Amino acid sequence: MDTSIILLLILMLSIFLGFEVISKVPSVLHTPLMSATNAIHGITLVGAIIALGMAVDNPLRQIISFLAVMFAAINVVGGYLVTDRMLEMFKKKVQKVK
Amino acid sequence: MTNSQLINLAYILSAFFFVLGLKMLNSPAKARLGNFMSALGMLIAITAAFFNEGLLDFHLILVALLLGSVIGATTARFVKMTQVPEMVALFNGSGGIAALLVGWGEYHANPALSFGNAATLFISVVIGGLSFSGSIAAWGKLRELFGGKPICFPGQKFFNLLLLLTLFIGGIVYSLHPAHEYPLFLILIGVSFLMGVMFVLPIGGADMPVVISLLNSYTGMAACAAGFVLQNIILIVAGALVGASGFILTRLMCKAMNRPLSNVLFSGFGQKTSAGCSRTAGEVKSLSAEEAYHVLEAARSVVIVPGYGMAVAQAQHAVHELANILEENGCEVKYAIHPVAGRMPGHMNVLLAEANIPYDQLIEMEEINPQMETVDVCLVIGANDVVNPAARNDPQSPIYGMPIINADKARHVFVLKRSMASGFAGIDNPLFSLENTRMIFGDAKATLMGLIGQFKQK
Repeated sequence: MDTSIILLLILMLSIFLGFEVISKVPSVLHTPLMSATNAIHGITLVGAIIALGMAVDNPLRQIISFLAVMFAAINVVGGYLVTDRMLEMFKKKVQKVK
Repeated sequence: MTNSQLINLAYILSAFFFVLGLKMLNSPAKARLGNFMSALGMLIAITAAFFNEGLLDFHLILVALLLGSVIGATTARFVKMTQVPEMVALFNGSGGIAALLVGWGEYHANPALSFGNAATLFISVVIGGLSFSGSIAAWGKLRELFGGKPICFPGQKFFNLLLLLTLFIGGIVYSLHPAHEYPLFLILIGVSFLMGVMFVLPIGGADMPVVISLLNSYTGMAACAAGFVLQNIILIVAGALVGASGFILTRLMCKAMNRPLSNVLFSGFGQKTSAGCSRTAGEVKSLSAEEAYHVLEAARSVVIVPGYGMAVAQAQHAVHELANILEENGCEVKYAIHPVAGRMPGHMNVLLAEANIPYDQLIEMEEINPQMETVDVCLVIGANDVVNPAARNDPQSPIYGMPIINADKARHVFVLKRSMASGFAGIDNPLFSLENTRMIFGDAKATLMGLIGQFKQK
């Protein structure tokens, strides 16, 4: 079977899965959700790393890929850390002992 | 097993952790662990990427990774919780530009692409560019660099349509002969930047939750398209998850405002509307902190409705302090959260969580509304449009039909407000002149501190 057909199948299933999983997130957590998914799209970093590792003979491609790795890393690291900071603050009510 | 099979297995493992992490975001108790799972998935994918055959130079990769990590970590560490929307916009912008650069780098290395590959690459580059410049414009809007009001000019829709057509036709021309169209490719990147800015300009500050969700979705799609170009499954899966998530949030936000997406994107809300609706007739009655104290002191149940004004005044800690005092006084305190209060989805929840307010006291609109009639005092802090009863009963009003928190049904309504200026949408609020409403003018934080002071004296 053609690879691109399999990739399209993966795409379709992922979209459905995304809809199912994310519809269940309560609105209390919408900002962390957004910030967490924001970190996930930094996955471009994988593509950027591969591109930069292969771009040894071409200075322009090196610059482009270097910037790609840097920006994607900002996206990933910043996104996860700020989500963690937010989620750390979400606490349940501590029962007051009288 | 070959090297590439192992790498792909690692990608599958990483996809598993992404989905598991998102699933754990279902409950506030597990969410933090979920975010950790998702980060673990990312770490696995990045580690696997290093094992690709054909990677020759690791020095530059490590330098770029380190640089990006330091910038990202510092920003994330020091940002104030009220500025989270701006920061999410900036991170989103970096994700967008990264997708653009990956696509460009790939094209630069192998210009002779097939039509299908060239078109996919073009989509990833253009959406990445649009998402980047749109995020920067959204950031500028959130910082109020050029005011929060929508920016419109004559012929705007026509101009935007022209940009869209340029990208569409240009994309086809480029994809037919990618090897000969390098200059066109660069020009179209420029057009995509322009398009991103034009797309955000006409949108008002109050509609920012929709725009941020949508831009997030776009960056996901750009990453997904890049995955097709590079034939990389983890980019496709993760990009699709993000695209779906952004889309769901966009839809929820639009529903919470009772406006179709097209209306949010193209109308320049609050421009022509205020003339049409009836001016509020009644008299606005203000109240001093001392008088408010006497009512609050006797109240058995209080509902607090926070809005963006609370964020601006940094009043969330004062809110919590007052709530504690009220609870010690034997009063039941709840917080009513409107889905679009603030500048991004769920913004208020984060701010209140920052002030150590337990999340089980944060009540969603649908749940609180039936109880509003039994509430002694509804304290509206820096919210306006989300408690505007005109949305319920004035068909002339531009926000008619938008679901609101029924603050007006409470026995007493106290509105903490800086002045009589209208909300972001620029609409009159009949709530302010109702018989049971009292305005407490001034900085929300100062007013709350005043109330707390009154309680402490007695």
